[in-house]
Amino acid sequence: MTEPALLSVEDVSVDLPTPRGNLRAVDHVDLTVGAGRTLGIVGESGCGKTMLSRAILHLLPKKAKLSGRVMFDGQDLVRLDPERLRKLRGRSLAVVFQDPMTSLNPVLTIGTQLIETLQEHLELDGAAAKRRSAELLAAVGIPAPEQRLTQYPHQLSGGMRQRVAIAIALSCEPKLLIADEPTTALDVTIQAQILDLLAREQRRRHMAMIIITHDLGVVAGRTDEVAVMYAGRVVERAPTPLLFKNMHMPYTQALLAAIPRIDAAPHTPLPAISGRPPDPTRPLQGCSFAPRCRYATGLCHREKPALTPAESPEHRFACFHPILAPAGVGA
Amino acid sequence: MTQDIRPSPPPDPLLKVQNLVVEYAVGGKTIHAVSDVSLEVARGETLGLVGESGCGKSTLGRAVLQLRRAQSGRVLFDGEDLTAMHGDALRKMRQRVQLIFQDPIASLNPRRRIGDIVAEPLVISGVRDPKKREELVREVLGAVGLDPSLVMGRLPHEFSGGQCQRICIARALVLNPEFVICDEPVSALDVSIRAQILNLLEDMKARFGLTLLFIAHDLAVVKAVSDRVAVMYLGRLCEVGPSEQVFAHPAHPYTALLIEAIPVPDPDVRPAESVAVGEPPSPMSPPSGCRFRTRCPRADQRCNDEVPELRELAPRQFAACHHPLIAAG
Repeated sequence: MTEPALLSVEDVSVDLPTPRGNLRAVDHVDLTVGAGRTLGIVGESGCGKTMLSRAILHLLPKKAKLSGRVMFDGQDLVRLDPERLRKLRGRSLAVVFQDPMTSLNPVLTIGTQLIETLQEHLELDGAAAKRRSAELLAAVGIPAPEQRLTQYPHQLSGGMRQRVAIAIALSCEPKLLIADEPTTALDVTIQAQILDLLAREQRRRHMAMIIITHDLGVVAGRTDEVAVMYAGRVVERAPTPLLFKNMHMPYTQALLAAIPRIDAAPHTPLPAISGRPPDPTRPLQGCSFAPRCRYATGLCHREKPALTPAESPEHRFACFHPILAPAGVGA
Repeated sequence: MTQDIRPSPPPDPLLKVQNLVVEYAVGGKTIHAVSDVSLEVARGETLGLVGESGCGKSTLGRAVLQLRRAQSGRVLFDGEDLTAMHGDALRKMRQRVQLIFQDPIASLNPRRRIGDIVAEPLVISGVRDPKKREELVREVLGAVGLDPSLVMGRLPHEFSGGQCQRICIARALVLNPEFVICDEPVSALDVSIRAQILNLLEDMKARFGLTLLFIAHDLAVVKAVSDRVAVMYLGRLCEVGPSEQVFAHPAHPYTALLIEAIPVPDPDVRPAESVAVGEPPSPMSPPSGCRFRTRCPRADQRCNDEVPELRELAPRQFAACHHPLIAAG
C-alpha cells in the first residue's frame, strides 16, 4: 500500500457548458491506482465515470473545463504539452472503449491498425511489427492471427473486435490500461472471456488497470479496489472485499440490492431505488442521493457530506447516516 | 417465496408454437433464425426466453405476432392459428397480443405527445369517442406510475429511458391485451431503473391478468420474473423447464455455461476461469447434429450426426441433449 501511486487523480472537476447551463460532470474527485493494481469505477449512466476516464486521458470535449491534477508516472497530464501527451497515450497509457466498432477504423485492416501503433510508438520495422502483431492477436485468443491481419473490422464478431481493440491497447506494454465498459456491448459468455483475458494479461504484464462499469458483478471478483460514483462524485471507495462486506453508503447498498440475483426465487420483488439521478445542470445543495435515500434527514438536504475515512483509512464514504452494521442484501 | 400452485402440465395453453421455422434470405444465403421450435405458454404464466444475440429469440417473438411470417409451423393463440390469418382478422387478434421493445426512446415517435402516443392503439382499434380514449389513457398512465396530467401534453425527449419504458408499457396495456411479448424490455436501462421496471411488469401482470413472453439475454433478469424458462441457441430450443429447477439443475450444457458466465456481485465468488469456449457459429451455416456441439465440452460423434430431440429429463424439464447434465428420471 505504501508504494507510490502510478496514477493519482487529485481534486479533479470537469465542467461542460450546455444550453441549459453549466453541467458539472465530475465533482472534486480524488483517486489513486498503484502499479499493477486494479481499480473498479462503478456507477450508472450520467454519473461521470466516463468523463472522469476522459479527464485522465485528456480526451475531453473541446469546450470542457478541467481543473485539478492528474499525476501519472511523475508527470501532470493536465499540464503536459500535446506532443508529449500523444506519445504517452497508446504507449504507457492505453484505453479500451465500450464499442469496438467505433474505436476501430472501419476502412483499415486489423493489421494496418496494429502495425501503425507498433511503428509509431516502438519504432519497429515493418516485418518485426507484423510478426509482433500476429503474436499479439494470438495472445488475445484470436484463431488464425495471420489471416486476421488482412481482414477489416466488419468481418469480425463483436467479441473478436473487442479482442483486437485489447491487442492494440496492449501492443506497447502500457503501465495503465483504462477499460471503459469493455464488455457492455457483448453477450454474457463473451463478456466472461474478455474479462478473463484482461485479468490474465494484466497479471502477466504487471499492468495497472481501471475497469469502468455499471455492473457491480463485474468488479466484485476482478478488482483490488472499488470507487462508487454518483452525480459526479465518488461517494464510497474501499478495497473490494471490504466494500462488499461492509458497505456504508446507502447508494452502494441500494445499487447492489437492485441487481436481480440468480439465487433468488422467481417473482421476488426487487428492492428498487425510487426516483432517478438528479439533473446535473442543477446541482443540489446537500447530498445528491438524498432525494432518493430512505435514510435522508434535513441535514442531508442542507449539507454535502465529505468523503471521510471509515474504521479503516482505506475505506472512505460520503454519508451522514452510514449503514454501520454489515447489512444483508435487501434487508 | 411464491408457491407454484399451477398443476402440471399447463392445462390451458394460451399460446402454442408448433414446429416453427423462420428463415431469412441474405445475399443469396439463408439465415436459419428459428429452426423447428415448439413451445407453450399457459394462461397467466410468464415464460422467459433466453439466449445470446443472434440466437433467434427476437425473431421468434416477432413470428408469434406475424410481424415476420414463418416458413412453416403453426402459432396457435387461444386455439386459433395466427399463421393462417390475414388482414382484419389478424389486426383484431393483435389487439389481444402486444409487444414491448428494448429501446424505449426509439420506439416512441419523437414528434407526438405522450397522450396521443398512448391513445394510438385505441384509435386503430376503433374507439371513436375522444373522451373515452382520454379516460382510458389516463387510467393506464396512472397504472404505470406516471401522473397523466403532467405527462400527456409532453414529448418523448422530455423523459428519461425508464419513464419512456413506462410510456411504452402503458401503450401496450391500453387495449387491455391478454398476452404481452416483452423483447429485452430492461436491457437499455440502468440497474436502479431496471429494478423499477421489472417490479412494474410484475405488478401489471397481476393487475391486468397478463400472460407474458419475456425475452432477454440476462439470465438473472429472466429468472426474477419467469415461472418457466426456455433457452435458445442458434435457432433451436435447448432446454425448457420451471425456472427454479432449470437454474438449480440445468440439464443442457449450454444452460450451464450461461449460468456460469454471469458475474456474481460477491468478491468471495472467484470467477470461473474461461468457462465459455469460443463463440457461436454463424446462423448461415449452423453445425450439423446438435448446434451447440462446437462449443460443448461433452460433444462426441453422436452430437455430430444426430439432432437431439427435446425430452423430459425431470418433471416438466425438457432438454435437447445427447449427454445431459442430469439423468432422465
